[in-house]
Amino acid sequence: MIPAAFDYARPASLDEALTLLARGAGSAKVLAGGQSLLPLMRLRLASPAKLIDIGRIAELRAIRDLGGGATGIGALATYRDVLDSKLVSHNHPILASAIPGIGDVQVRNRGTLGGAIAHADPASDMPAILLALDASVVIRSGSGERVVGIDGFFQGAFSTDLAEDEILTEIRLPATPAGAGMAYCSIEQPASGYSMVGVAAVVGRAGGSISSARIGITGVADIAYRATATERALIGSDGGSAAIDAAAGHATDGQAVSSDFNANAEYRAAMAAVHASRAIEAALAAAG
Amino acid sequence: MTTDVMGASIKRVEDPRFITGKGRYLDDIKLAGMTYMSILRSPYAHANIRSIDTTAAAAMPGVVLVLTGADIPYNPLPMAWPAGGSSGVVNNINTPRVLATDSVKWTGEGVAAVIAETAAQAVDALDAIVVDWEPLPVVVDAEKATQPGAPQLHENAPNNVVFNWTVGDKAGTDAAVDSAEVVVRQRIVNQRLIPNPMEVRGDIGVFNPGTDEYTIWMSSQTPHIQRLLLAAFVMGIPENKIRCISPDIGGAFGSKIFCYADMALCLFASKALDGRPVKWVETRRENYQSTIHGRDHITYLEIAGTREGEITGLRVKTFANLGGRLSTIGPGIPTTLYGRVLSGCYKIPNVYCEVTGVYTNTTFVDAYRGAGRPEATYVIERAMDLFADEIGMDPAEIRRRNFIAPDKFPYDNPSGLGTAVNGEKIYIDSGNYEPALDMALKTVGYDSLAKAKSDARARGKHLGLGLSTYIEVCGVAPSKWIGAVGEGWGAAMWESANLKIHLTGKVVLTMGTQPQGQGHETTYAQIIASELGLAMDDVIVQHSDTQGTPFGYGSYGSRTSSVGGTAAVKAAGKIREKARQYAAHMLEASVDDIEVVGAEYRVKGSPEKKKTLQEIAFALDLGFSLPAGMEPYLDETVYHDTPNCTWPFGTHIAIVEIDEETGKVDLVRYVAVDDVGKKINPMIVDGQLHGGIAQGVGQALWEGAVYGDDGQLLSGSMLDYAVPRASWFPNFELGETVTPSPVNPLGVKGVGEAGAIASTAAVANAVMDALSPFGIRHLDMPFTAPKVWRAMHDKEARS
Ligand SMILES: Cc1cc2nc3c(=O)[nH]c(=O)nc-3n(C[C@H](O)[C@H](O)[C@H](O)COP(=O)(O)OP(=O)(O)OC[C@H]3O[C@@H](n4cnc5c(N)ncnc54)[C@H](O)[C@@H]3O)c2cc1C
Repeated sequence: MIPAAFDYARPASLDEALTLLARGAGSAKVLAGGQSLLPLMRLRLASPAKLIDIGRIAELRAIRDLGGGATGIGALATYRDVLDSKLVSHNHPILASAIPGIGDVQVRNRGTLGGAIAHADPASDMPAILLALDASVVIRSGSGERVVGIDGFFQGAFSTDLAEDEILTEIRLPATPAGAGMAYCSIEQPASGYSMVGVAAVVGRAGGSISSARIGITGVADIAYRATATERALIGSDGGSAAIDAAAGHATDGQAVSSDFNANAEYRAAMAAVHASRAIEAALAAAG
Repeated sequence: MTTDVMGASIKRVEDPRFITGKGRYLDDIKLAGMTYMSILRSPYAHANIRSIDTTAAAAMPGVVLVLTGADIPYNPLPMAWPAGGSSGVVNNINTPRVLATDSVKWTGEGVAAVIAETAAQAVDALDAIVVDWEPLPVVVDAEKATQPGAPQLHENAPNNVVFNWTVGDKAGTDAAVDSAEVVVRQRIVNQRLIPNPMEVRGDIGVFNPGTDEYTIWMSSQTPHIQRLLLAAFVMGIPENKIRCISPDIGGAFGSKIFCYADMALCLFASKALDGRPVKWVETRRENYQSTIHGRDHITYLEIAGTREGEITGLRVKTFANLGGRLSTIGPGIPTTLYGRVLSGCYKIPNVYCEVTGVYTNTTFVDAYRGAGRPEATYVIERAMDLFADEIGMDPAEIRRRNFIAPDKFPYDNPSGLGTAVNGEKIYIDSGNYEPALDMALKTVGYDSLAKAKSDARARGKHLGLGLSTYIEVCGVAPSKWIGAVGEGWGAAMWESANLKIHLTGKVVLTMGTQPQGQGHETTYAQIIASELGLAMDDVIVQHSDTQGTPFGYGSYGSRTSSVGGTAAVKAAGKIREKARQYAAHMLEASVDDIEVVGAEYRVKGSPEKKKTLQEIAFALDLGFSLPAGMEPYLDETVYHDTPNCTWPFGTHIAIVEIDEETGKVDLVRYVAVDDVGKKINPMIVDGQLHGGIAQGVGQALWEGAVYGDDGQLLSGSMLDYAVPRASWFPNFELGETVTPSPVNPLGVKGVGEAGAIASTAAVANAVMDALSPFGIRHLDMPFTAPKVWRAMHDKEARS
């Protein structure tokens, strides 16, 4: 479990990091908390020639109040930082309830939100949650900054919209829609502790019917996705158990459901529906 | 004065060093000039090696030596326990070589080794070794491997059969089963497990070119045995040329009993490097592929009896997967330690068991916590439930009806324990099974089970309760019965103790047994402190180094307290006796007039005339005044061959809840009433039970080594092999009954494995109970959420 030899740099600023990254041209990798990258290197499944350790760039770790219920979370904020933030738990309580289920204390102390989504593990929890929260991500390179919506950010297993010379700097969470509650429900793969299936729901009610719904699902397909058919079926319905179950039944519509020896596609699909239903119920209960 | 520390929950003296990171494990040891070894392992489960080219690797930075099988003249690893001993069973033996020469039989078998200046350089150079492979067809399932047309692993093992071993009365059992009122049949699988000690294995080999002697540090449960096996069997050198040292060991669970290729490889390499130390520490992935696995049985069971619940016969056929080549005692586990205890705590008159040991393209299988007894317990405890279900009887009631009665001990069981081997019989020494059952049922509230089930239904859960009324056998003995001509175990089974009282009065107990986390340094000190009336602090326990400890067979099979503990008691007795004689000399009294009270040796009737043990030791050490014929110094060594095994028993009860939407099984309560005889340190006993229970539950609910059809280990890391976590368990509710073992003076039995032996079946029975509303009679472990969900849905779909 010894990684192949690599060079190491620890830039003090984002600009320096971007310069190094541009110079590394494809052979350099950004290192944040190292919770995903280092295991891959130790197994020699990844052997980057150079690591650019951005872990000490303080400016990337801040959690900011963007006003009106919106929040900016620096890409280097750890799970622990997010859990400790009163602002985040007030504005986006789904994070405070889901994060304790991720990894263990050490992983949460070291692992960053930016790393979690840049890594884009198909079983990772945060992508589903950010999809449901309608997040956007701020991306910097030597040639400037761009802000993109989370929809479309995940492109495949371990693959995102990030180019090789780009660094993710911030995750922005908009204000929660009026009347909406949020919840995350998952079932663990017992060995890894990752989610076999995880469903995040942000669902709002106005008058007697469902007015908004964003459902993010992880573990089921190659990438975390929004269950748009479920969302469509929910919106406008009465939000009763029957409507929820019917909507949840569309949780895997259009998806190529994955299969492995831990759980086959049939089980994953069924669990997507069960957990969609549970997450929607819980989100509505939280909405009050 | 007398410190009665026996039976006290004294905190473990080794814990401060373990907890504060001051333990000294193998990988903590660094020697001057040390080199590092890395082993190239087969990527194929079955292949011929056409050629190996190491030229490029040898030229890599830092590489000092590259070895292949052809370089190493050593013998293959030894087979120390063929099945059946003198009974004439044929064993078709193939053990690994230090490095494979012509072919590999499992993914992970070692084919070459690189020794380099740094560990990283050694790993880097592995990539530069070129092997020309000829892949061969693969079989991983033991039953399929015996079928016609299956890939053949070894020329000397037609149909991949290692042995066919039987025990019990075939004709009698056939008659009993074939004529029975009720017969229940079931195929059950006891899946393959990976032991997962927290510390992986490793060795440091050092050759001394000046003396032509070798020293090896090894993470091993059995340094004395390894010295014998490495010297006499593998390397072909005198045993007194090797010294084996086991430093602190971070768990073993059986996996560190055996003679492994890497041990000989480190020694060979150090000699080739003219004495530079060679260190090798396996990675977790290597541990998963190349350190032994456990269990892996496919069993066809038939249990026969009357409608009133009297069991009259048990007929069992088992395929035991032993892997691609045999580990040191692989064949002994599914035979002696399994077939001979199959009838458990029940008075089943007719038992017959047939075991076929099988080669497959998988990692070798050997003793893992419980070793044979968990597999036997699983068979009989599942069988009892299946039978009860068939005749509509309560599972507690059927057990009660068939228990061996307390007045029937010592008891000869029909699966061969009572068969005289080498003129020696062993028997179940003692037991009283009903009180443990009653206590467990009462604790769990068995009478309100129906209500608990309906409450759970209201929450969308299916609740189930499972019983396991187990017995197990510890401290396998005596040497005459188990030894090579008897059961085939190629060694004796005694233990040793050396006890010295130094001039300053400090005591050193030196043992041939070998702790791996069990707290021997505490329990042995309790024994000696109690026997000699001393403070615990005055006693130091040493072990683990063949230079300076008396020969011992090591620690496994829950044998240490009953066999080693007795050796320690006897050594203390010898010390006491010599001290008494010398006290008589000092006090000018006759020996018969000296009484021993704690650490004081007093003249009867004049208690003011006395000497303490430490005063006696001081004077004896100086030797200024010795009675005629008495040697100076208090130093006694004992070799103790125990007359019989010990037989812990008890009742474990698991309660599980199954989520009907997801199939997820939660263990919600666990009650265990164990009778492990007298307890030296109840806290340590509880700790052993906790760990054992958790490991057994792990098998039932989560763990399983899974191979693809191509022989790749799919569960090749902890990402895919579910080692249980503490948070998945409820608090264990432990109770006890105490039936002292009559075979040793301490009355102890052994507890290292009991939890793991009992708990798997308890949880399995609970899960089946919870699934009974679906008409599900049996599923194979582990009861993962997807498997249970599938089973519930299949049944729903059909009805
Ligand atoms: C034992 C264990 C258990 C775990 N359990 C869970 C779990 O239950 N659920 C779950 O979702 N996850 C789990 N994880 C994964 C964990 O959440 C991620 O490893 C962690 O969040 C990744 O963040 P990091 O800062 O450590 O990233 P790193 O490992 O440093 O980086 C990961 C990848 O992201 C890239 N990267 C990191 N930051 C940036 C950035 N700012 N810009 C561009 N690229 C970047 C790196 O180049 C690398 O490719 C577990 C991990 C471990 C070790």
